[in-house]
Amino acid sequence: MAAIDTLDRPRLVPARMRPDDVLRVGAVGLRTRPLRAFLSALGIAIGIAAMISVVGISSSSGAELDRQLSSLGTNLLTVTSGQTLLGEPAKMPVEAEAMIERIDPVEAVSAVGQIEAAKVYRSENIPKAQTSGIFTYAARPDLLPTVGATLRSGTWLNEATQNFPAVVLGAGAAQRLGVSTAGPDSQVVVGGIRFTVVGILDPVPLAVELDSAAMVGWPAAEARLDFDGYPTTLYTRSDEAQLEAVRSVLAGTANPEAANEVDVSRPSDALAAKQATSQAFAGLLLGVGGVALLVGGVGVANTMVISVLERRPEIGLRRSLGATRGQIRTQFLAESLLLSALGGIGGILLGTGVTTAYAFSLGYPAVIPAWATIGGLLATLAIGAVAGLYPAIRASRLSPTEALSTR
Amino acid sequence: MTPPVIELSDVTKSYPGGVKALASVSLRIERGELTAIVGPSGSGKSTMLNIIGTLDRPSSGSVRIDGYDVSELSDSRLSALRGTRIGFIFQSFHLAAKVPALDNVAEGLLYSGLSRGERRRRAAVALERVGLGHRLDHDPHELSGGERQRVAIARAVAGDPPLLLADEPTGALDSVSGAGVMELLRDLNTSGTTIVIITHDREIAAGLPRQVRMRDGRIVSDSVTDVTEVATRRNAEFGVA
Ligand SMILES: Nc1ncnc2c1ncn2[C@@H]1O[C@H](COP(=O)(O)OP(=O)(O)OP(=O)(O)O)[C@@H](O)[C@H]1O
Ligand SMILES: [Mg+2]
Repeated sequence: MAAIDTLDRPRLVPARMRPDDVLRVGAVGLRTRPLRAFLSALGIAIGIAAMISVVGISSSSGAELDRQLSSLGTNLLTVTSGQTLLGEPAKMPVEAEAMIERIDPVEAVSAVGQIEAAKVYRSENIPKAQTSGIFTYAARPDLLPTVGATLRSGTWLNEATQNFPAVVLGAGAAQRLGVSTAGPDSQVVVGGIRFTVVGILDPVPLAVELDSAAMVGWPAAEARLDFDGYPTTLYTRSDEAQLEAVRSVLAGTANPEAANEVDVSRPSDALAAKQATSQAFAGLLLGVGGVALLVGGVGVANTMVISVLERRPEIGLRRSLGATRGQIRTQFLAESLLLSALGGIGGILLGTGVTTAYAFSLGYPAVIPAWATIGGLLATLAIGAVAGLYPAIRASRLSPTEALSTR
Repeated sequence: MTPPVIELSDVTKSYPGGVKALASVSLRIERGELTAIVGPSGSGKSTMLNIIGTLDRPSSGSVRIDGYDVSELSDSRLSALRGTRIGFIFQSFHLAAKVPALDNVAEGLLYSGLSRGERRRRAAVALERVGLGHRLDHDPHELSGGERQRVAIARAVAGDPPLLLADEPTGALDSVSGAGVMELLRDLNTSGTTIVIITHDREIAAGLPRQVRMRDGRIVSDSVTDVTEVATRRNAEFGVA
């Protein structure tokens, strides 16, 4: 009997693979079948791109809203005449403006008064029956700064022009009337009288009713359009810290006799609420993106199963060269992770591109939260690990002789 | 004392379904031998070589390779044994397509723990050794069959294993390339490597110092052609005058 025993021999210990070798050997499958790798990475990329875009677009809109609110201010309160108990249009007293001005934290008050009878047309030739969906308002000269509106063209009504047949159009009204620039040559017919368009507003986010408005001076309205002089909407700016206090007394101050006949609102709340609903919708889209990502993961799993089947001889060879089961498993897991990481990075780039293009086209700031990018990458890695695990284990369990004898 | 490179005692291998590929095979191969395994198709040659190469385990019997009792080793230790002690040469080469010869050979050292630079350096030396020093950056499809098998041999010997196992290394080659490959293997043997070659070529077998003949899973003859030559070499290696 031989005196030599395994115990006397040097211990056999498989060498650890270096990380760069693990990466390199994991990339073998990608290099030899680039088209297949590209297509299965594309599946992941589409899912990630969808999710990043949804998050990016929603965040960019959010950032735009924040920017808008901080430039427009959130301290605007609007008082609108509502209805009487009998359902008829209510009227606020003519003194409402002056009374509100007396509330201490109120910094500015302005008003418009709707003139129901005065219809607006491009010219006298338009039949009277055809209404244009444009409302005529008498407006105070300080309306513009109070609602934070800006002019796209021309000037706002001033102490002089408010007495003349001069009109300023809201952005939507100008578009509907086909008026593109203000000036002496631009004229429209208001209540049967020719008015010169002296200005056109940009859209007014905090007073959207002005977008479809034709605004004339208070004195001109009274003199030429039979305006009764009652304000229909009051706009107030107050000390932000005391906004709630102002809000609670506003209705009673505007109409002491029938406080229930006026509505008080804060337009910036409506903007934020709109944002909240679009965020709920974004949540739904995010779910759709998640499903796309999952489908991409199934694609990667499929690619890996095929890869293992096709590469049995290679697996056998590697085992004969000294690869342990663990090293074979690591190789295919690395391949799967690389595949999905490539998809993930592609998707992040794609999603960033979509978000940037969207934000740029609307003049929004492009915002992609870091958590979305990092989360996207982690999600792809998790998917790569799950998708690759089963094929990798199968590869590692192959018997070397069986693998080598595969044709 | 150096153990025999290969020591099989009463090794059997049966496959599910009742096929008995090996029936009580005992074989001892010493350091520095060059052995041919011959026999009809289905006689168990490949089965035995796979068991020697620890790619497969026997159904019963004991297998010692370089002194290690294979049955006592876990799968990962067996892998280390293959990686450090055994080089394999296959009939179909098993080279990676579209990968230069140098990298194909360097892949043979991937599991050795050497750095990539060192692996490539040794791969270049091995290719030099098989006479392909001028083909380092050629892809397999740019090489002849004989050259491909040389690349595969370079891969097998790049880590300087004491044992080389070849299953019909000339089976896919014409006789001229085959002769070239055999000459290379003979040179490697002269420099100390123990080599076991399965072959169907009578001429090749007859030219090797030892022939093990198999039939129906048994060794039916084991003859040494030139005892003195083999013995002299063995003695010289062990320092016996
Ligand atoms: N995986 C397997 N499952 C079942 N039977 C097998 C398996 N592998 C080999 N055999 C059988 O074992 C026997 C020996 O096969 P082996 O491959 O060792 O023969 P061989 O001598 O190498 O033949 P050849 O010269 O044709 O390569 C054959 O009868 C074969 O059919
Ligand atoms: Mg065979």
